[in-house]
Order: sequence, then structure tokens, then C-alpha cells
Amino acid sequence: MPYAAPDRVNDFVIKIGTVNGTGSASANGLLMKAVFRSGVPVVGKNYFPSNIQGLPTWYEIRVTRDGHRARSGQVDIMVALNAETYARDLQEVTSGGYFLYDSTWPRPALLQMRDDVTVLGAPLARLCNENFNGARTRILMKNICYAGVLAALHDIDPEVIRALLTETYAKKPQLVDSNMKAIQLGYDYAKQHFDCPLPLRVEKMDATRGQIIIDGNTAAGLGCVYAGATVAAWYPITPSTSLMDAFKGFAEKLRADPATGRKNYISIQAEDELASVGMVIGASWNGARAFTATSGPGLSLMQEFIGLAYYTETPTVIFDVQRVGPSTGMPTRTQQCDIRSAAYASHGDTRQVCLYPANPEECFHFAPLAFDLAERLQTPVLVLSDIDIGMNDWMCPEFKWDDSYVPDRGKVLDEAELARIDKFWRYYDHDDDGIPQRTIPGVSSKGAYFARGSGHNQYGAYTEDSREYQVVVDRLRKKWLTAARMVPKALIESGSSAELAVVTVGSGDAPAREAIARLRAQGVKIDYMRVRGFPFGEEVEQFLEAHQLNFIVEQNRDAQLRSLLTLETGVAKSRMRSILHYNGLPLAASYVIDGVMAAVQDHARPAAQLVRP
Amino acid sequence: MSFMAKPKVAHPDLPKNSRGLTRRDYEGANSTLCAGCGHDSITAAIVEACWANAVEPRTLVKLSGIGCSSKTTAYFVSGSHGFNSVHGRMPSVATGANAANRKLSYIGISGDGDTLSIGLGQFIHAIRRNLNMVYIIENNGVYGLTKGQFSASADIGTTAKKGEVNNQAPIDPVQLALTLGASFVARSFSGDKAQLVPLIQAAMHHDGFALIDVLSPCVTFNDHEGSTRSYEYSREHYEEAVHADFVAPAANITVQYGEGESVPVTMHDGSRIILRKVDSGYDPTDRGAALARIRERLRAQEYLTGLLHISTNQPEFHQLNATPDMPLNQIPYATLNPGSAVLAKILARYR
Repeated sequence: MPYAAPDRVNDFVIKIGTVNGTGSASANGLLMKAVFRSGVPVVGKNYFPSNIQGLPTWYEIRVTRDGHRARSGQVDIMVALNAETYARDLQEVTSGGYFLYDSTWPRPALLQMRDDVTVLGAPLARLCNENFNGARTRILMKNICYAGVLAALHDIDPEVIRALLTETYAKKPQLVDSNMKAIQLGYDYAKQHFDCPLPLRVEKMDATRGQIIIDGNTAAGLGCVYAGATVAAWYPITPSTSLMDAFKGFAEKLRADPATGRKNYISIQAEDELASVGMVIGASWNGARAFTATSGPGLSLMQEFIGLAYYTETPTVIFDVQRVGPSTGMPTRTQQCDIRSAAYASHGDTRQVCLYPANPEECFHFAPLAFDLAERLQTPVLVLSDIDIGMNDWMCPEFKWDDSYVPDRGKVLDEAELARIDKFWRYYDHDDDGIPQRTIPGVSSKGAYFARGSGHNQYGAYTEDSREYQVVVDRLRKKWLTAARMVPKALIESGSSAELAVVTVGSGDAPAREAIARLRAQGVKIDYMRVRGFPFGEEVEQFLEAHQLNFIVEQNRDAQLRSLLTLETGVAKSRMRSILHYNGLPLAASYVIDGVMAAVQDHARPAAQLVRP
Repeated sequence: MSFMAKPKVAHPDLPKNSRGLTRRDYEGANSTLCAGCGHDSITAAIVEACWANAVEPRTLVKLSGIGCSSKTTAYFVSGSHGFNSVHGRMPSVATGANAANRKLSYIGISGDGDTLSIGLGQFIHAIRRNLNMVYIIENNGVYGLTKGQFSASADIGTTAKKGEVNNQAPIDPVQLALTLGASFVARSFSGDKAQLVPLIQAAMHHDGFALIDVLSPCVTFNDHEGSTRSYEYSREHYEEAVHADFVAPAANITVQYGEGESVPVTMHDGSRIILRKVDSGYDPTDRGAALARIRERLRAQEYLTGLLHISTNQPEFHQLNATPDMPLNQIPYATLNPGSAVLAKILARYR
């Protein structure tokens, strides 16, 4: 059920279809930033292939005066620059929308395919061939040229674009001129040939003050710098690579001594994911803040080591930027399909602490939190992001750093503390919270212990004794209960006495919130909860029990969040109904609304009882 | 194996090293390996080398994977932290640990199964990084804990205890390490403590990856007539190439070793190892010649032992990564944290 406001000022979706590797990313970023700089909230979504050059790729810019942060589920103007996808691109346009294509090569047949869509032809290639030299330049400028056409169509101020180009090319001013020339070519052509502006227009607002545009991987990498991470070990895998690139990029600038070139961090490109997580475990055991970033296939490879970290009680921070599975799946498409394999990673009785950020802001703040929890709880902490959060451009409030932050290194005994105690017992529950004391190698022989994945007793010695084994694993269970009180609480919005609720996780947040707002506007009484950590706090079960029907919205086929809620709470399965989205594209609000409304209409009781007039 | 607890009392007359510690101070828990296991001799050699090098126990870090060999890290220097990781993955744990603190010394104990099959990838990448550690392979050609399967180092024609014949060529960790550019490569025999102890001492002073492949007979599964890793076979097919001795910087090296019979090599830390040439044509600094000589002797079914190759000018892991002298795990958070003002500046670019 796509949604459209009656008037379309600052409320429409531009989708641009191009060929991968032609340099359209900068034009799309320029357009998005220009809208943002006009004070109008934007959402950017990139649908790209697992390919370097030649396959179709799309970029979607949602202009949203209401500040929504998800896809809307409709396309108001399609900019079609890839002849291979013209037909499907045209089909995708919402009725009443527009279709802009490169009319250097006219396609009269196209004009007849949809009578409810206005086709606009602009000879972009011809304009650029006439005005620029060199094949590469002409292709690049064609992209900038469509940005110029769109500026005219949507009434985007060319001066805002000029200012952006001036900032981008501060060191190469000649590029500002050539880019502006391309903008002007498109702009002037549109002004002369089309009825500008369209009803889909941008009008300056003041709704982006204090906001930034950033992707979740950049935010998480920056968060790791602020968390004080010094060891990063990784193996390249889409879509987590850019998280490590961000960490390295920021650390290179902020942590390297300009005089000597010596770096207060190390980034190790490992031979595989098994090695990268092994390095994190070794470094954390040895007292550094260490982390890795990976995606589904890498998480599968890490399973054995995660169990070792769990049982030896070694802090281990893993960012998992989820992508479509199973197996290699669709590496550049989004899903929340590692919820289950992360929660129960490794063989034996293991349960892992997980954090579920919903946006780049949380990616940034959950980074230091992940290290704090890993060190406090002495266990792996998996931060589950996904492609939608990690690689798309999000408008979010500028991150603030609290300068009073002190890393929580947990129960680490230093030399003086070791000197005071009679004997150090590595796995002994001194404080009745299930969390033992820990020592760092090199500090004191008195704190020396032998970490092992084989059976051990609470004093740290090898054991095959049944009772001794159980003492340790029972304490680990107690630690798990402690963890449930430490992970971030679920965010709950429930003021009313609603019987219905939407429950989601991670990137389900933005579409679910938009859906809730629309449903409430239609008179549906509905509450909302977003789970942010695993183990679940008691508030999760209480919320689920308090609602007759909970819609569990998640992005995988097998209802993995619902599985976890079923296993880890006492809530009856009948109270939880799934809304599942797993086609690889980011979830849109319309999908959630449709799911809720279909269920409401199916519900045993008349819909009238649930929907207020 | 013994079920008796070791008494912690040491005889007052036991010799002490420069740190005032006796050999007993470098021992660990009781071995649970089979009586007569070659691995226990290697453990004893490590204890001897640590005592002779006057290692401060807290500065040593012991790492291992899984298998009979990997259990032995519990049997020496109980005053050191140890990490018995997962099968074949000790090098990555060692890499991370070393990354966190470059000031400690790292000794990894592995076996032929742990290194040459499941762990081959991590082994060669640790060499490639020239990770500063001692890496000892306790090489018996057989899987002991799972009761006698061939390992990747078993020679062609070796028979298993139940009569099965191995027909696949072995992987030789020494040749592999040499071709990968390893900076310290040695081979020894668990029953030759006189050679092994100084090799371990030298390896501990080497800045970079120091491999010692120690042929170590398995008394239970690989000490029979069809085996090329038995005590009897090894003693008969054993040729010492270079006798390496280690002398601490404080000692006078020229007194003990006559000119003309030795090649001194200066280590990064200023200490020197002295190589006594048993075979006058052997030059351990020449990688190509080392490989040729090892292959030539292998063709004659003989293991060339001793310090087979050393190069002291290869940058190790931390040099390659330009880390500071201060261990990364000791840099104060205030130094690492850019602060809120810098964050505001960074984020200005995202407006």
C-alpha cells in the first residue's frame, strides 16, 4: 500500500538506474546532499550488484518532509540510464509518476508502454559529447548532467550544488567548473523542454539542522576508534569491508605520529575469518581492545573460535554486517539472517551476547558499548548490523561524544591487587554475579593461568570431573542472567491500552516506526517495541505478554527473531505473528502496514474492534 | 603418566640462574603423556633453555593448538600465562597476543597434525608476517590422541601400527618455511638435548619467526619397525649440519669457541649465537644452499639437523606494521581517544 501525500512538495522518491562502474555514485550523492542542504530530510538507498563493472545498479533518494528514515515503497520519478533495464524500470514507476531517459537514442516504443506515466527524454549523451572531450569524461559528465536535469525538474537550487562541488573539489578547482558546466547543460535543457518544476519539487525547509548524512559502517569504524580499540583483524568480505576501511582511515589520521609514522593501532588483514577472530581472541586475552568485522559466511567460519572465547571467557568483539544468505547468497543485498546463528554461535551449550543497532548513530554508540560489555562480561559480543544500515546513507543526528567516558575493562586484577590476594582462581565466582576475575599476561606470575577450551574447573585447572565441569557451566548460565541486565533495554512506545503491537529489531526500526505512525493516523491502536540486545531483558517478555497480538517484523524467511523470542521467553507462540521480508531490498513501511492490516482483517474478531473509526 | 603431585620444595643446592631461579621454577604441571614420549624430552629442553636464558616467567607467553604436543604448554613454566586454543589455529591467537604486547616473548608448541594439516594456512601466514615467536613442531608423523592415523609429515612407505602403508609424499615444514622466507629455521631431535637446548635459547633471542622442527618419536603409535620416526630409525638417520650454541651477552663468547671452527651470528638483541660447522661447506645464512643441502640429505634419507637457516635483517611483524615501542595494550586511553572536539570536526564533513 504505497503512500503519497496529497501535495508532493518535499515528499517524493527519485530512483536512478545506471550501469555499475560508470561513476554515477558521485552524481547521486551530490543530488541527495543538495536536497539535504536545502533543509529537507532525505533517505538514500543503494541497490548495487556484486560486480565491479557492467551490471545494473540503482540508487533511490527519498525526499521526506516528515523525516521518515525508510523506503516508502514507491517510485515517483525514474531516471533510466541503463537501456537494458528500461522496461522493468518503467514498470516500477508509481502511477502518475515520471520516467526520464537518455533520448540521444530515442525509444518511441517506450512511450506507449504506460499511459499513466509521463516519459521525459533528455539527450544527455549528445549534450555531453558536444561539450566535453574524452570518452571517460563524457561518461562521467553524463551523470552530472542528469543531476542538472533533476535540479530543474525538482527546483533544487543550483547554487547549493555549486557550493557542494566547491567543497568536494577544493583541491581541484578546475573540476568545479567542468562539473558545473554539465549541471548547467542539463538544467538549461530541462528548463527549455519540460514544464519545470514538476509538482514533485523541493522547497527549502529547516529540518536538517544538527543532522549528518553517514552510513553505519563508517559510524561503527569511528566508534571503534573512540572505544580505544588498538587491534583490528579482518578478512575482506562485502559488506563489512568498509567498516574496517573506516576504522583504518580514521586511525591513520588520528592515531599515527606524523613525525615518526608510528601508529597507536594495528590493522591485520588475516588469511581468513578463522584467523581474524583468532587474532581478536589472542589480542583481547592479552589485554588490548580488539575487534573484527565480517558478514554471514565469515560468521559461519568463526563459530568454533567463538565457542572457545565463550568457554575461556575471553572478550571478543565482532561486527556482523548481515547480507543475504544462505551460503554466498546475494552479497550486496540486505537481510537480518544471522540473528539465530549469532545468538547461538558455536557447538555445545553456548549463548552469545548480541547488540542490534538500528541506524548509524547506534552503530557509533554501540561500538564502545560492545567493548565495555565484552570486557565486563568476559565473553563474545556480536554487533549485528546489515547492509541497509551499514552501506546506505542515513540522515541522523550528529553524534556526540561524552568526554567523561572511561572504558570499562571489567574485573581485571592488576599487580597490586594480585599481591593482596592469597591465590588467583581464574573461574571462581567471587561476586555472585557469575563473572570471574581475570588477569593479563605479563603482569605477574601470581596471576598466571592456562586458558583452555577443554574442561576446566573453577580454579582454572584441567578437569574431566563431572561435578567440577558443571560448576563452571552453571556459573556461565548465571553470568548470562547478569548479561540480561546489562545489554541495552528494548525501546518501547506503548502509552495506550492497545492490544496490538509491532515488534522489530535493527533496520526494521525505521519502516516499523513509519508504519506505526500511519496506522495510528488511520485509527489503529498499536504499540511498538524494538529489541536492542540479547539476552532479552525482562521488559521484552512483559511487553509481549501485555499485548494480544504482537507482529514480529523481521527481514529473513524463517522468523529468526520470533524463534529467539519463543525460545527465550515464556510467551505463547500464538501471541506472535510474523511479518517477514526477505527479498534482499530494505524493508519499506508499506510492507509492514499491509502485513498488519491483512492480519487485522483476518483476525478472529471483527476488524472494527481493532480499528477505531 | 604420573598421578603423584610434584612436591614444590626445591633442594637448596640446586643451581640458580642470574635471576636467582632454579630449574624447578621453570617446570609446570605433571605431564599426562605416555611414558617415554619424545614430547616430554622437548618439554625438559624448554625448561632447561628458559632457565639458561634466565627468562622472567611472567614475560613468557605459551600458546598451543590441539593434540598431544599442544598439551605440553601446561608442563613447563607454570608462572607464565598459557593459551591452549583450537586445533591448528594457535598462530592466529599468537598473532593477536603479540600484536597486543610486543614486549613479551611468545612460544608456540604445535604438532605435525596441528601445523601441517588443519593449521597449514595459519602456520605459513605467521611465517609470512615474520611474527616474533618461537614455533616448535613436535613432529612424530602420527596422530596420537586419535590413536595412530598418519599425519601429513609421514614419509612414503611408513606403515601404521596396524599395517596400513602411507603412499602420499610428506610435507616438510623445514623446506616449506625456507621457501616462504622464514628468518630462523632449525631441526633437531627430541633425544638430543645437547643440540636442542641451545637451539631453543637462540630461537628465543631471534627477532622474528623462529621455527624448530623437532623429530619426536611417538612411543605408542610410531615406534615400530615400519616407522621413520622411531627412536631407532632417527638415531641411525641423523646428520648434524651445524652445532649451534647460545651464549648470553654477559658471557665471553671467544673463550669457549675456537677461531676457525665457528661462524658467529649477531642477534638483534646483541646476543650472539655461535655456529660450529660440522660440515665445513655449510653456510646457514645462505637460504638456497640450505635448501639444497637439506634436499640432498633427504634423498639419502637423512635428516639434516641444527640451525639450518638464519637471517637477522628481516623486519618482524611490529616493524612491518610501524607500531610504537610501547605495547598497544598499555597505551593510555587518553592517548587513544580523539575527544569530542575532534569528533565535531570530523562530522562537519558529513553535513
